[in-house]
Amino acid sequence: MASPVIVPPAAPKAARATRGAARRAGGRRLLRHLLRLLISLAVLLVASFAMLHLIPGDPVRAALGPAAPVELVEARRAALGLDRPWLEQLAAYAGNALTGEFGTSFISGQPVGEVIAARLPSTLTLALLATALSLVVAVPLGMWAAIRTENGRNRGTDTAFGALTGSAVAVPEFLYSIGLVSLFSIALGWLPPAGKSGPESYILPVLALAIGPAAMIARLARAQTARELSADYVRLARAKRLPALRLHLRHVLPNTLTATLTTGGLLLTALIAGSVLVEYVFAWPGLGARIVESITLKDYPVAQGVILVYGVAVLVVNFLVDFLIALLDPTSTLKES
Amino acid sequence: MRNRSGLAGLVIVAALAVLAVVGPLVWGAEAERMDSTAILQGASAAHPLGTDNLGRDILARVLVAGQFSLALALAATLIGAVVGTVLGALPAVLPRRGARLVTGTVNALVAFPGLLLAMFVAVVTGLGAKGAVLGIGAAVAPGFARLTQTLAASVAGADYVSAARMLGVPRHRILVRHVLPNIAEPLILNLSQAMGASLLALSGMSFLGLGVQPPDFDWGRLLFDGFPRIYVSPEVALGPAVFIALAGIGFNLIGDALVKAARRAAVLAPEKVAAPPAAEQERDPHAVLEVRDLTVTFPGGVTPVRGLSLAVAPGEIVGLVGESGSGKSLTAAAIGGLVPYPGVVTSARLDLDGELAMVFQEAALNPALKVGGQLAEVATVHQGATRAEAWAKAVDRLGHVRLPDPARNARQHPHELSGGMRQRAVIAMGLMGRPRLIIADEPTTALDVTVQRQILKLLREVVEETGAAVLFISHDIAVVGELCDRVVVMYAGRVVEQLPADQLKAARHPYTRALIDSLPDMSTDRSRPLASIPGRQPAPEAVGDGCAFAPRCPLATARCQAERPPLVDDVACWEA
Repeated sequence: MASPVIVPPAAPKAARATRGAARRAGGRRLLRHLLRLLISLAVLLVASFAMLHLIPGDPVRAALGPAAPVELVEARRAALGLDRPWLEQLAAYAGNALTGEFGTSFISGQPVGEVIAARLPSTLTLALLATALSLVVAVPLGMWAAIRTENGRNRGTDTAFGALTGSAVAVPEFLYSIGLVSLFSIALGWLPPAGKSGPESYILPVLALAIGPAAMIARLARAQTARELSADYVRLARAKRLPALRLHLRHVLPNTLTATLTTGGLLLTALIAGSVLVEYVFAWPGLGARIVESITLKDYPVAQGVILVYGVAVLVVNFLVDFLIALLDPTSTLKES
Repeated sequence: MRNRSGLAGLVIVAALAVLAVVGPLVWGAEAERMDSTAILQGASAAHPLGTDNLGRDILARVLVAGQFSLALALAATLIGAVVGTVLGALPAVLPRRGARLVTGTVNALVAFPGLLLAMFVAVVTGLGAKGAVLGIGAAVAPGFARLTQTLAASVAGADYVSAARMLGVPRHRILVRHVLPNIAEPLILNLSQAMGASLLALSGMSFLGLGVQPPDFDWGRLLFDGFPRIYVSPEVALGPAVFIALAGIGFNLIGDALVKAARRAAVLAPEKVAAPPAAEQERDPHAVLEVRDLTVTFPGGVTPVRGLSLAVAPGEIVGLVGESGSGKSLTAAAIGGLVPYPGVVTSARLDLDGELAMVFQEAALNPALKVGGQLAEVATVHQGATRAEAWAKAVDRLGHVRLPDPARNARQHPHELSGGMRQRAVIAMGLMGRPRLIIADEPTTALDVTVQRQILKLLREVVEETGAAVLFISHDIAVVGELCDRVVVMYAGRVVEQLPADQLKAARHPYTRALIDSLPDMSTDRSRPLASIPGRQPAPEAVGDGCAFAPRCPLATARCQAERPPLVDDVACWEA
């Protein structure tokens, strides 16, 4: 190209400035999310503290029943620190919670911290496996459906996909659990009905927990992919005559992931709650059974500690999803208003 | 077709509603009748779903429990909807600081699972339906609050709101009189889905033994009672499980259908198109592109391109100009084989001699991928180049279009480049092969005038260097006149005139003349108002028998209305 009069386009300095700004914006965004996480954690801590104090009347008397001797009630109140000013109680509670100290169970006398430490890993394993399964199945399924039904072709697939995922979303995890147990454990006798033993004992609980979120994520992935398929860059990629596989996996997939994960992240927090029900059905040795038991038996220290742990899990998952999105999407720093 | 699932949902929910009203009246006594001779039985003729620990018929109890289950779900939904709408509307009337606090709280709570909130409330209130309803209601509220906020923000810019604001109407009055009525519909649509979610969550709480307590019973409580027995007689859990699932699916299907109906437009059925008669004519041996009688049709008789003919010589820059909707971009798509389904392309001849490159707007770069990779893949996919070779070629091409630092720019993402640089990168992508024809579809539209000129200059250089022809598509006749050798003017899917670019001033077709007249320049007569073309181009499905431009044409006669002028001597006009 030999035209000497051409004006050099935008100076490189400008581009470098944009890039630096983007990086700084990314850092600020991360910092803001971290700050938000800390504030939410603090609010959660106060809320779980307040829970005990919101109970009408005397929680210890409520827990022990009207027949309990006054000395025992007073001793329990002292052990819980309920006889001290509430601000002092809050400070003590916060300090203890930060060091993993949640008091002792009314029923078993076991430290709540120990209960959580013993049972949290089982719950986490279940939740993580279900998350992985739902993502691995749902994202390709949703993309496939979007590509197959692009611009209104294959109406049959459209109807079937909508009806199947729509129904799957609307059935709660405890019904999946009961259905799976009835079929695979009771009727067919293929898999253990309850408990955590070998690898095969994971299959039903993980499935029961993953079906609902998987259906929802598949719907999201489909909607997002359909939107991306009409984007300008897909037209350009098609004009380049790229093979379909490359077009969809390399060009479309990275663009759909961000939006899918943003909403999908919310579903994963729902999955944390769903694990309580699934664990209950499968007598899974996680935190789920404990939270139910502690509420039923008014074992407040356990209820308080376990609810706090679930709350923290929700907040941390939300934070991690945000963080992952920032990593995956190079433009998200600019999209954030 | 689409609403069939919505109809199914409606039938399910209507049946459940009837059951809720009728159930306790018909089976109420049966559900409470104890029978000590028939305790904890499995299915039998007398008790199709077995009996419970007091010998009560489970089927009757399931049918009666519908009323309580639905009533609790309705209560929780209404609590959530009212609290949520108020919370969502508050930021519109609160001072800035308070508004931010409410918004932040709502955003934090939206992510919080309802079951956990319900358990929290259950600890405080003790076990029972009241705690569960309050807890689920609290869990439903943030969703409504978020929706209200989003919707209120979307109407806040509407004319009637601005008008009210300018008239000095107080904020709370604007909210109640102007904003809320206009967003009520989507909020109400959301009720169905919230109702389904509430019912499932309440059933879950009861199933865990944390919700409804005896002697009351809802479906979740019946499932709680039946669950320990499923190893012996699964049917005792079947009844409540089926009804919970049905209710969940019913409300969800209605919700889906309502949302879809509010969003989607009807799609017409495809219509058969007769192929135009193939005019047997000799192929022009000198043309790099020859198109004859190109037609693009969509279902419902929508025909945006109608019998278009076009030829481009090697090294020639041809401008295809017209208003948006004239069919020029679809013509380009048809030549490139990119017309989207369900469009149908027919032509008597569509010959392309050699490689084709298509150049779109700079926004067409994939935002998620590095610029260099998007260029390099052309070489790896089509030319069998290794990744290193392809990358080197990409950097070379980026340098060719004068990116300032090609090696570094190749490693950047599109958003790190300026608009002009991105447009150069898109052109460089077209130069990865050896194109004989470059179709450039509005490549400069989004750029400012200075950058636009640089890109036009670059295109001209590319032509000089590679000998490729360019079909330049634009709505801007000034740009086309500046860049091109020849101009083809399209109107309503047809070519109305073609002429050398330097003779634009002597255009014969009234539409071309109107396009040129609407451009102000140094010779514009300032004593007259700026010309614009009155009226609008007809939509592709509304083109009649006569000249499509006739309704807007100052020269139109009765003949123009009735009979379409053919393209004769490069112009399609009876009066030219």
